[in-house]
Amino acid sequence: MSDSTEDQYFTTAGRRKVAEDLVLPLPPGVDQETFGAALDRFRLAIGDHWVFTERDDVLLYRDAYSPLLDEEGEILPSAAIAPASVEEVKEIVRIANELRIPLHPISTGKNLAYGGSAPNQSGVVVLDLKRMNRILEVNEEQGYCLVEPGVSYFDLYKHLKDNGIKLWIDVPDPGWGSLVGNALDKGSGYTMPQHRAHFDSHCGMEVVLANGEVMRTGTGGVPGSKTWQAFKMGMGPSVDGLFCGSNYGVVTKMGFWLMPEPEAYLEGIVDFMHFDDLIPLIDHWSYLENSRIISGYPDFQSPIFGTPGITGLAAMLGAGPQAPDEEYMTLMARDASPEEYEPYALKHKIPFWRMRFVFYGPEAVIRAQWQYVQDRYSAAVQDVAFEEGNFYKLPLSREEEEALVDAPILGVPNLKLFSLGARNSWSGQEPSRGHAWTTFLLPHDGRELIKANRILNKALRDEGIQAGFVFNTPFNNWERVMKYVVIFQISADPEENRKLREAVPKIIKLAASHGWAEYRTHTLFQDEMRESYSFGGHVLPRFHDTLKDALDPNGIFAPGRNGIWPKHVREERAHG
Amino acid sequence: MGNGRTNPSEDILARGKAVYEKWCAHAHAPQHDNPGTQALQAKYQGSKPAALIHRTDLTPELIRDSVRGGNTIMPFFRKTEISDEDLDALIVFLTSGSGAA
Repeated sequence: MSDSTEDQYFTTAGRRKVAEDLVLPLPPGVDQETFGAALDRFRLAIGDHWVFTERDDVLLYRDAYSPLLDEEGEILPSAAIAPASVEEVKEIVRIANELRIPLHPISTGKNLAYGGSAPNQSGVVVLDLKRMNRILEVNEEQGYCLVEPGVSYFDLYKHLKDNGIKLWIDVPDPGWGSLVGNALDKGSGYTMPQHRAHFDSHCGMEVVLANGEVMRTGTGGVPGSKTWQAFKMGMGPSVDGLFCGSNYGVVTKMGFWLMPEPEAYLEGIVDFMHFDDLIPLIDHWSYLENSRIISGYPDFQSPIFGTPGITGLAAMLGAGPQAPDEEYMTLMARDASPEEYEPYALKHKIPFWRMRFVFYGPEAVIRAQWQYVQDRYSAAVQDVAFEEGNFYKLPLSREEEEALVDAPILGVPNLKLFSLGARNSWSGQEPSRGHAWTTFLLPHDGRELIKANRILNKALRDEGIQAGFVFNTPFNNWERVMKYVVIFQISADPEENRKLREAVPKIIKLAASHGWAEYRTHTLFQDEMRESYSFGGHVLPRFHDTLKDALDPNGIFAPGRNGIWPKHVREERAHG
Repeated sequence: MGNGRTNPSEDILARGKAVYEKWCAHAHAPQHDNPGTQALQAKYQGSKPAALIHRTDLTPELIRDSVRGGNTIMPFFRKTEISDEDLDALIVFLTSGSGAA
């Protein structure tokens, strides 16, 4: 292959295509004249440079991982606006509300598996808050920060390091996301449970309402409040949750609680040899986590099925899975059930399940906690084995930090999991064009995990979609539930993407019929997710609509986000 | 440009290096487990360096197309992330050979 051919491949085959005759849409329900007038006023408000209307600039706000990749019907914005301050946001919102221009706010636009920076509806103008990137306060003693939406995990991490502040952040997998955006999109991370659920770890927010007013929540309602980032509730109803996963306002500041840098870090590995061990494994894990005996991320793996958990994922994606032998291939070929792998596992002394528990704190304390975990499982489960994993005295040296395979579990942001679907040296497959995730919540019960695997894996096979593993092990970012993530790879082949688009709504419906609620899905499937919240004649989503009509009567914020549409759109749909 | 003690091209190189370190290095720096480095190792099988800063054949067009067009799982970058001026500086840095081993 010549250099020129390689470069041709590199520059075209993997890139998003732009049809020569592609014309950007107008905002829904807005004529060209009104849109032009709105753009002129936006330019006056924030300067020409930050109102993007050129096609190539606006297309940078499409969904990089769209399940409608390069197909007709892909959702495209009409323009993008990037204010630098809350005053500019206020002015834009006032103009948009007056002229009925819908705005889709994004913080850094890195919610890549769930729609990225693209709106739910073509023509909606993206309100890009990336330039609002100030770290307004970090209080080391009290353990909190106050940040704007454009601040990424990398930015805050660097700020803490540069200033010698001994606080940790809790990071999701890609570190270039926004603290604010990730929290509002119900993101999560990998340190202590009270920090892993990013919305739950916030304290106080500032919101621009549809009428252009600026509101502060919690005790932030008192001018000069000294506890805005310390006390979540304030007076009367607690309203912060209204701005999470919704389209009721533009969040321009958020506070977050940060954890003190621990003295030490320890991993304790517990291996279980039998399929049925899954039930006591999870029951005791619940006790250990709910009692705070384990203080970090509980990483659940299955050596027999090759599921690496989060701590082994980056390494596995780099080196590839171990090649199965003939006996194992036979089990796979006849579609053996998970429990039928046990004789093979015992014969080859491969653990069926593995827990990698993480402990943070003073060394004496965490070693005692690890010993208690061993005592408890020894008494409860036969043939269980223990091994001490990584141990670090903190802080890490720069060399130790750079050598980390799984940095987020130590509060260090990186991008390593972008190897998921990337070109690799072991699969022989073409790289994917991204991925779309759809995520169900299971109770902390091994029986439900087994049942979900049986039912959802079969459903995926019936739809012609290859499940990643024989047994899908959950992510455990949140205490009390297991996250059952179904990852759909976006393909360069439109037929594969069509199968995905047809499968996801069916899987959501099927999961809901078993009580496995969906909490987060790609923008394309959010109406189906809404439909699954049907208790009481869909009273919950209808309540969301009531709030929408009260807080944003002209429907200017992110129409369709999580199934919440403005009143006029609902009425149009109802009339056919 | 400032106090005149600094060569403007050095300013641009420094700016380009800063853009590289903020936006590219986490995926493309030489560490073998960085996803971009892994992917380019798999693609070129050693016929070209896997790490971007070791490449001597990168053209301005290739860098521009990759940043604004993305490539497979690598998303494209908006102008609020990497401005046109930042991109020009990044091109100067990556085509300068200053990072080549």
